[in-house]
Amino acid sequence: MSLLAVSNLTKRYHRGGKPFAAVDEVSFEVGPGETLALAGPSGSGKSTIARLVLRLIEPDAGRIGFEGADFLALSGAALRARRARLQMVFQDPLAAFNPRATVARVLDDPLRIHNIASRAERPRRIAALLERVGLDAGLAARAIHEISGGQRQRVAIARAIATRPSLIVLDEAVSALDVSVRGQILELLLDLQRRERIAYLFISHDLGVIRAVAHRVVILDAGRIAESGDARAVIANPQSPVGKALVEAAPRLTRNRP
Amino acid sequence: MTVLLSIRNLKVAYRRDGVAVQALKGVSLDVEAGERLAIIGESGSGKSTLALAAAGLLARGAEIGGRVDWFLPASAGAKAEDRQPSVLATSHPLLGREIGFVFQDPSSSLDPVMPIGKQIAEVTRTHLGLGWKDACAKAKTLLERVRLPDPSSALHAYPHQLSGGQKQRVAIAAAIAAGPTLLIADEATSALDTIVQAEIVALIRRLVSEDGMTLIFISHDIALAAALADRIAVLRHGELIELGGTDQILNAPRHAYTRALLDAHLGLDANPLLDRQGVSA
Repeated sequence: MSLLAVSNLTKRYHRGGKPFAAVDEVSFEVGPGETLALAGPSGSGKSTIARLVLRLIEPDAGRIGFEGADFLALSGAALRARRARLQMVFQDPLAAFNPRATVARVLDDPLRIHNIASRAERPRRIAALLERVGLDAGLAARAIHEISGGQRQRVAIARAIATRPSLIVLDEAVSALDVSVRGQILELLLDLQRRERIAYLFISHDLGVIRAVAHRVVILDAGRIAESGDARAVIANPQSPVGKALVEAAPRLTRNRP
Repeated sequence: MTVLLSIRNLKVAYRRDGVAVQALKGVSLDVEAGERLAIIGESGSGKSTLALAAAGLLARGAEIGGRVDWFLPASAGAKAEDRQPSVLATSHPLLGREIGFVFQDPSSSLDPVMPIGKQIAEVTRTHLGLGWKDACAKAKTLLERVRLPDPSSALHAYPHQLSGGQKQRVAIAAAIAAGPTLLIADEATSALDTIVQAEIVALIRRLVSEDGMTLIFISHDIALAAALADRIAVLRHGELIELGGTDQILNAPRHAYTRALLDAHLGLDANPLLDRQGVSA
């Protein structure tokens, strides 16, 4: 039983007066607790798929099933309720938050909007969320712009898990982080997945990162699926031209290991 | 080896909200003529400040200490041993002529309302004294050299009509237009996807080799740096942690921080984190 079932999803835009399909008849499924990576070069449709799945934009054709419901047919209160189960973390958390808000305010919003905790209970919940993502509860009073990029991405993850989602869309969520911080954030995501069985739709242009954390991968090219399968198997032996190009282009560290 | 650029005890501080932030805390290194030197580090390491200081591009408010001395080959007609040291604090006549600079975001280095051919031609008009006709012909040759498709019509294109990778090719064409001695690439591929990044790295490698330029390649990616550089300098919190040949840095790093950077690299041969955690679908 799949958690997310996307079938024949299509989104067309106009470029230079001519219509083109940013996403063209794309189908895939994500199971509970699974990480499915979407890989591909710029313009391959990865982020458009993320926005379609989150219903930040509406598709021209296709279906999105989420937790057994027809996600595209939902509206109003039913859509809001279901959205609590489907969260997102973007590349640049500074752009995703009100920079003048405090960490507490950022985490208070989802708890309040989705009626998860009473006003009196929320400060305790916020402290627990911060602790859950490896941050000191004392950070709650700090402004978003005052904390480091790695801390900010942890707050973004804390906000995402506040509503107890079954799926988080991670759109280049570790791409802007320093490598030392990146490793910690990936470990955190894996730990959350293991404990809470959260599924990830993990969007990245970096096959090294994908190979480290994803179970399966879908490789996109110009809005279409070029190939898909077990992440390690596809990366070890890509079949499509774009898959081969991505593997070929990945920076390699050639060390003479002892 | 001949030293092209000598940096001694370079200190740079910026003022932020009235507080001095020390971006470089006394860095000393020599850049040798003809070498490809990578400067790597994480955010806040001072790597971009070092590049900007070398190019004389630091913001006016920056507090600067130490020396940056250039030893440029003599210009035509002068004696071979006639070198021209220039000190950092003085005005820099070098940028564009002796130093080509490629930034991370080509959109912000290109004028959005000027055809790209004209932007490249301006460089050779300014620094080589060419007339418009010759400058435009040279611009077309440069667009061919950076492998922009259809260079004749690309001369008349505006930046917004090009992809990110193509814009970076144009920025590189402008950077090398006056035949600089030194090319500085500051995170020049970081905003590009992996495939385009590999193409731009290959382009930089080819141009540097064809023109005999010295290269300073600034990057946060140690694997990318290692693919291009003869030597690697590792910066952290404004200090030079380690400097050595690429082979030594990769295989016998002396500093724990360098080892940590190497270990954090997620290559296609690394042990997946999934396995270490024992997670399964």
